[in-house]
Amino acid sequence: MNNKVLYVEEKEIQNELASIRNLMERSSKFISLSGLSGILAGIYALIGAAFAYNIIYNYTSLPERGYVDNGAQATGLFFSSSYRMLEWKLIAIAFVVLVLSILTGIILSLRKAKRKGQPIWGKTSRSMLFYMATPLFTGGFLILIFIYRGHYSIVAPASLIFYGLSLVGASNFTYNDIKFLGLCDIILGLVTACIPGYGLLFWAIGFGVLHIVYGSVMYFKYDR
Amino acid sequence: MKIPFEKLDKAFENRLRLQIMSVLVANDRYDFNSLKELLETTDGNLASHLKGLEKEEYIVVHKAFLGRKPNTTYESTDKGKKAFKDHLDALEQLIKQQKKT
Repeated sequence: MNNKVLYVEEKEIQNELASIRNLMERSSKFISLSGLSGILAGIYALIGAAFAYNIIYNYTSLPERGYVDNGAQATGLFFSSSYRMLEWKLIAIAFVVLVLSILTGIILSLRKAKRKGQPIWGKTSRSMLFYMATPLFTGGFLILIFIYRGHYSIVAPASLIFYGLSLVGASNFTYNDIKFLGLCDIILGLVTACIPGYGLLFWAIGFGVLHIVYGSVMYFKYDR
Repeated sequence: MKIPFEKLDKAFENRLRLQIMSVLVANDRYDFNSLKELLETTDGNLASHLKGLEKEEYIVVHKAFLGRKPNTTYESTDKGKKAFKDHLDALEQLIKQQKKT
């Protein structure tokens, strides 16, 4: 008799503890971040990289290929009349990939937030966005300044590194997995900085492959 | 068998109070409206329990204005954090003891 009463009470206490843990997480972390949107962002990045690859390497024959650094080119490739066109096309591709990824992220996270009963524009999502935006805008402006000054080889490593930093910052306010994705991007960025000329390849790995891998992990762990 | 019921904090007997405390322990500060939204409760209910926790000195109230709108935020005190932890420890102790028997 006594045992039965105690058993019920134990269940109750365990439920209570579980609900407290859930509440602490829900109040301090943005758990509506969608894993599926990470997978899609990775796919957009890979498609964008493929387009960029085609555009760059259709412009130039094999012996002319090289990279531009310190405003001077390593081989006799750039600074032809078609070069400005090339630059604009690449920027357009990057922009389309960025906008599509952000839109997908917002739409899918909105859907998930509704399901989880978490406000999309709450205390946690605001903090997360702030800590993401700070390194992201810093990096973005730095890259634009360097592009303007002709230091093209900084684009791939710097975008990976600053994106990685923004993820590490955001990880305090959402799933911890994001932190490791960020660290991977930072390491990849530093490696890219050491071997210029392979920026597009590393960029495709960092923004494409890693997003798909981590998006899948998060999808299977949290989305369903 | 001795159950440490006396270790359970009377101030946390109410479920909502314990919920409020868990949010304030997990976050530096939390404002009234976000708290209300998260815990899905009414203004009056939330306010009265916040007052109760304030009386125990488990939380402090910060009153400020955002433009003209009042923006009240709450913060847990060290005393409150300790009480919360002790309370959870006591609950865990209860479960452990019952598993043994």
